[in-house]
Amino acid sequence: MPETPERNAIEVRGVSKVFGFGPDKVVALDDVHVAIRENEFFTLLGPSGCGKTTLLRLIAGFDFPTDGEILLHGQDIAPLPPHKRPVNTVFQSYALFPHLTVAKNISFGLEMLGRPKDEVDARVDEMLKLVRMEELRNRSTAQISGGQQQRVALARALAPQPKVLLLDEPLSALDYKLRKEMQIELKRLQHETGITFIFVTHDQEEALTMSARIAVMSAGNILQIGSPEAIYDRPAVRFVADFIGETNFLEGSIEERAAGGARVRISSGAVIDASVAEGFQPSGRVTVVVRPEHARLSAEGGQLAGRLSNIVYFGTDTHFHVELDGGGEFIVRRQNARDDRGTARIGDPVSIVIGAGAAQVLRD
Amino acid sequence: MSQTAETARKAEHDDVRKRWLLSAPALAIIFMASIGPLLVVVVYSFLTPGPYGDVKWAFSTDAWISVFLQRDIFEGTLGIADAHLQIFLRSVRLSLFTTIATLAFGFPTAYFIATRPQRTQALWLFVITIPFWTNLLIRTFAVQEVIRNEGILNTALVGLGIISAPIQILYTDWAIAIGMIYVYLPLMVLPLYASMEKLDFRLVEAGYDLYATRFRVLTRIIVPLVKPGIVAGSILVFIPSLGAYVTPRVLGGGKQMMLGNLIELQFGAGRNWPLGAALALTLTVIVMVALLFYVRYAAQSERRHG
Repeated sequence: MPETPERNAIEVRGVSKVFGFGPDKVVALDDVHVAIRENEFFTLLGPSGCGKTTLLRLIAGFDFPTDGEILLHGQDIAPLPPHKRPVNTVFQSYALFPHLTVAKNISFGLEMLGRPKDEVDARVDEMLKLVRMEELRNRSTAQISGGQQQRVALARALAPQPKVLLLDEPLSALDYKLRKEMQIELKRLQHETGITFIFVTHDQEEALTMSARIAVMSAGNILQIGSPEAIYDRPAVRFVADFIGETNFLEGSIEERAAGGARVRISSGAVIDASVAEGFQPSGRVTVVVRPEHARLSAEGGQLAGRLSNIVYFGTDTHFHVELDGGGEFIVRRQNARDDRGTARIGDPVSIVIGAGAAQVLRD
Repeated sequence: MSQTAETARKAEHDDVRKRWLLSAPALAIIFMASIGPLLVVVVYSFLTPGPYGDVKWAFSTDAWISVFLQRDIFEGTLGIADAHLQIFLRSVRLSLFTTIATLAFGFPTAYFIATRPQRTQALWLFVITIPFWTNLLIRTFAVQEVIRNEGILNTALVGLGIISAPIQILYTDWAIAIGMIYVYLPLMVLPLYASMEKLDFRLVEAGYDLYATRFRVLTRIIVPLVKPGIVAGSILVFIPSLGAYVTPRVLGGGKQMMLGNLIELQFGAGRNWPLGAALALTLTVIVMVALLFYVRYAAQSERRHG
């Protein structure tokens, strides 16, 4: 595996963005810090209105930060207009020029940079090949499908070889199957071009499958930055745990602290071992999270006990809803196998075994 | 022939007849308002002028000849009608100038309105249309009041010591141009606004993102996309400018005639209706030729960019 270069492509330092004045003012970004490494597929994930698109627009130069610095390879680019930044954007709406052909759309940036004609032509050919659109080069952008427009938008943004490529929810307009295809395509393109990708999405699955690292955002703040595994398995705060995937929340209090972990007595009286994020000293009442697939049902011997209240079949897996004895609900997910349907029936008393290291104490 | 085929044929027949019947009012209006009068003008242009205006029903091509040629009184030879030619040229020149100037003023105005928030756009459009509430003649006299030698403009410039004596603007081509630009500006702004309002401003952002400067974004993205508005506005300004009557009359003082004034002269004091008719048709032909060139040019540059 190649060593990840340590150089930062983009570094956002203490950036705030406030829209409007006085009582109408909206804080879109509140003192955001994030460093994005070179050649990284980095995702900004969050619900709409969390500030992810604002951050992207600040990096692109369409808006200017109220406060803070944005560094590109160590240089502050925050005051530069968009046409002076070696950064290109793939827009959510694609924003292809309707009066130009596919090839002319792709060559636009290079022409604006004043590159010689031979170089432009060669680069356009290369880009058309990269996104597999050679046959449609002379088509009008109105005559091609949504997925093809998406490819042209990508080729157009990649053609000038930007230092960083910004992607603003580029897959949201595509249907499910095409979206899956383009996810793989995007990963391939990122790998082949070696350009830093900053990808904005509200789709947690998209973020998990594509990114090297994810920043989860909410209400103008970055709540957690980490690899998909870290974000999913070790969410730091309740919002992250709740926003990404399905989660069981258990309320309890700290019984005993140990290095990197703690014993938590939950409301029903059971005691479970949970991990604790580095540098966090939990005390008093806490919330513990357990992912549904990190627990399993058993006849007896688990940490939690309850009664099966519902069974939901999803094809690839089945969800077992358990009414806990001390109150509250807990969901257990089990991978389905053709020859093992299980014998559990609604109303059966069950015991829940929480795997080692599966429980995590949240920061709030 | 089978029963059904017969019925179908009859239904179709009825349908065609019904369509003619339904479009009859529209066709009648088109004939009465457009083709009919034009035919009258064509017929009149081939008749002989009557002594007190009107026409005598005698075929003559004199009117058409004197549109372009004039008989030298002393030698009896035919030469180019310099006076008419000059008026043609002035009309075309002033109309072109007016079109370009209204485009230059109207484009930023329309862009400004189109980039305001939706609610304020209506207000700005309303402001643009306010001059239409006043009679054209009164507006033209108002322009005269501004530019005449003792008018606001000259008095202010002399008072401020910028010039020592009033500049003669009134009764020159400049006065006509100023008047026409003022009168026809809204006709340029409104179609420009209509096409800019539909412009997707994310394309402008995309242009900036792809290293285009503000000027390049204007010439490579905005102008090609709002071209229908530019074409429509130019046509709406150019055509009435060519035939303008009131503005050159009031601001040109009758000395600087345009085609409209020349035509009026033939039907009024000149008592030469056939010549008036021939001149009117010449104006129509100039407009048609200009339009053909313009539309073809627009289509061509469209293809070049597309």
